[in-house]
Amino acid sequence: MSDSVLDPKFETLLRLGDNCLVLSQQLGLWCGHGPALEEDMALTNVALDLLGQARLWLSYAGEVEGQGRDEDALAYRRDGFEFRNLLLLEQPNGHYGDTVVRQFLFDSWHQHLLAALTRSTDPRIAAIADKAAREVRYHVERSSYLMVALGDGTAQSHDRMQASLETLWPYTGEWFEPDAVDAQSAKAGWAPAAGSLRDAWHASVDAVLARATLAKPAYAGHQRGGRQGLHSEHLGHLLTDLQFLQRAYPQAQW
Amino acid sequence: MVSAAATAGGLASPEAMLAWLDAVMDPEVPVLSVVDLGIVRGVQWQPAATPGGDPVALVTVTPTYSGCPATEVIARAIKDALRGHGVLEVVVRTQLSPAWTTDWMTPKGRDALRAYGIAPPAACAPGVAPTQVVDIGALMAPREVVPCPQCASRHTRLLSQFGSTACKALYQCRDCLEPFDYFKPH
Repeated sequence: MSDSVLDPKFETLLRLGDNCLVLSQQLGLWCGHGPALEEDMALTNVALDLLGQARLWLSYAGEVEGQGRDEDALAYRRDGFEFRNLLLLEQPNGHYGDTVVRQFLFDSWHQHLLAALTRSTDPRIAAIADKAAREVRYHVERSSYLMVALGDGTAQSHDRMQASLETLWPYTGEWFEPDAVDAQSAKAGWAPAAGSLRDAWHASVDAVLARATLAKPAYAGHQRGGRQGLHSEHLGHLLTDLQFLQRAYPQAQW
Repeated sequence: MVSAAATAGGLASPEAMLAWLDAVMDPEVPVLSVVDLGIVRGVQWQPAATPGGDPVALVTVTPTYSGCPATEVIARAIKDALRGHGVLEVVVRTQLSPAWTTDWMTPKGRDALRAYGIAPPAACAPGVAPTQVVDIGALMAPREVVPCPQCASRHTRLLSQFGSTACKALYQCRDCLEPFDYFKPH
């Protein structure tokens, strides 16, 4: 990434892959700590799906870049400012409600994104999206169901879910902001324009929040920067865990 | 592309090789062969990679879930099985598109799953693309009935959308009270 001119296809693929990689790592931290055995297994299964998707996107990113980096090099040997994931996904796991809200907000967007990507002009992107969309269908079912179960649960669970929603909501605004990479990618037909998913996502979120008896936050402002490599402090801590082995023992193999 | 019939010099037919692969079991569901699972999309002969070398058996495989840890183990088991039958050069090619679906599972595989205690997947809903976005209204509506593989009761309930592996959900029978895995339609 020393090159000042960004390759829009490489950048687009990093954005797709880094979202999956970072959220997968976060969910993996719940392994053995879930509030119930079924939840523990569900979270780690979702983490595994996302890790597989991250591999597919980052392998392709490495090929497009053409500098000899494979998915492992991209996952384990990039610094924080080279990551292109959304800010929401690096926010801490918090309590279970925080994790569920973060997952729901992302899953409901991810499904619209992948559905649009199945119509990509790049056949490899369309094939990966088709594969991933079938998995994400179960993710969004599960997180939507949990939003309703906890939002429309007890007074305490409702209040905690509402508070989580208020905390995390400002991280969703950047998803719909166009930038130069997004414009070039949309023009080539590789990926949908960021703003084009806004209405569909809001409709999905509104339907679930209504059933969950949760109020949609109404902030005018939002945080931005994840897709351009400007991250919150949380990403650095996450990467120290994720990358430890390859940083301490470069090229280590199983 | 050299077909087995055209060379006839002792090369196994693709059908025979498929039958050999029917003995390669999914490591996570050891009663289901990779052929029954529907992930072997084709077997064909290709000319030798180098002049005078052995012809190459090309096995095309499609992954089930993108993060499935069994994928690499299965590729190795496929190579070992064919080599065990004297096929010297085997290449396993991964193909993403068209994406794998449980609709490709064979009737024999479905019966084996049920006998093993795992409810086989229902057919994917016709006319509904698996990539279609989820409608929350449909999600909260009553779910399809998954019969208990132990006692065949239709009186069962979903415990968790994700069971012992990503491809299975966890159910419980309300009659015999046994929990069981359900291979999810995909």
